[in-house]
Amino acid sequence: MNITTREEGGFAILELEGEVDLSCSPEARKHILGNLEKGRDLLVDLSGVTYIDSSGVASLVEGYQNAKKQKLKFALVGVSESAMNVLELARLDKVFPIYTSLEERLREDS
Amino acid sequence: MNEQHLVKMHFLSHPDRLCLIRVVVKRAAESMGCSEKLAEKMVLAVNEACMNIIQHAYKGDYSREIVLEILNNDNHIKFRITDHAEPVDLSCVKPRDLDDLRPGGLGTHFMQEIMDECAMGHLEGGRGNYIEMIKNINK
Repeated sequence: MNITTREEGGFAILELEGEVDLSCSPEARKHILGNLEKGRDLLVDLSGVTYIDSSGVASLVEGYQNAKKQKLKFALVGVSESAMNVLELARLDKVFPIYTSLEERLREDS
Repeated sequence: MNEQHLVKMHFLSHPDRLCLIRVVVKRAAESMGCSEKLAEKMVLAVNEACMNIIQHAYKGDYSREIVLEILNNDNHIKFRITDHAEPVDLSCVKPRDLDDLRPGGLGTHFMQEIMDECAMGHLEGGRGNYIEMIKNINK
């Protein structure tokens, strides 16, 4: 899994790429919670995720809940088909704010 | 109908080995004529079972062993995953209520949702635990 963080449109953008499983989900969790601890609104880009398991999904849930507590913005953008299949199995596609692309989310604030 | 053994493999109970397990399961499912989407679902279910073993049965000990067996006949594909941990309390292994939003607890839900049959038990003599999952294949 590759993780990159950048800033755009007032958000921290966290891009996850590759397979997000137990071997690397603690790293993803650290980045998600680290950005929120710094008080940053966060968009997690899942367009490059080829596989995600329940440990990766748990990191996203924890991020979503932390953001809500801190009144920060949190959303998933560009969710790959493979990741969306897993979110749907967990019925989380109805819980997370999900946008088809980063641009779509950024347009909302413009 | 008699089953045949497609695979019997021994893996270290290390998170880094999960990617190998996924490759084996996907190729086995595809060799049975499963669609890519169905194969990916079965990959997720088996991955979750192995993850449960690493995290809960072996309590994070990455030096133990997981045995993956894949059996099939014309009607189904069966995954049997065995560990050599202390017998787990099976009453604690249950899917969480999906309305109870919290990190974790989704693995058992995935396994039960994806597979047609999902059973867990103890090996004889307290030598470990097994998870057996069956997916019916419509031909």
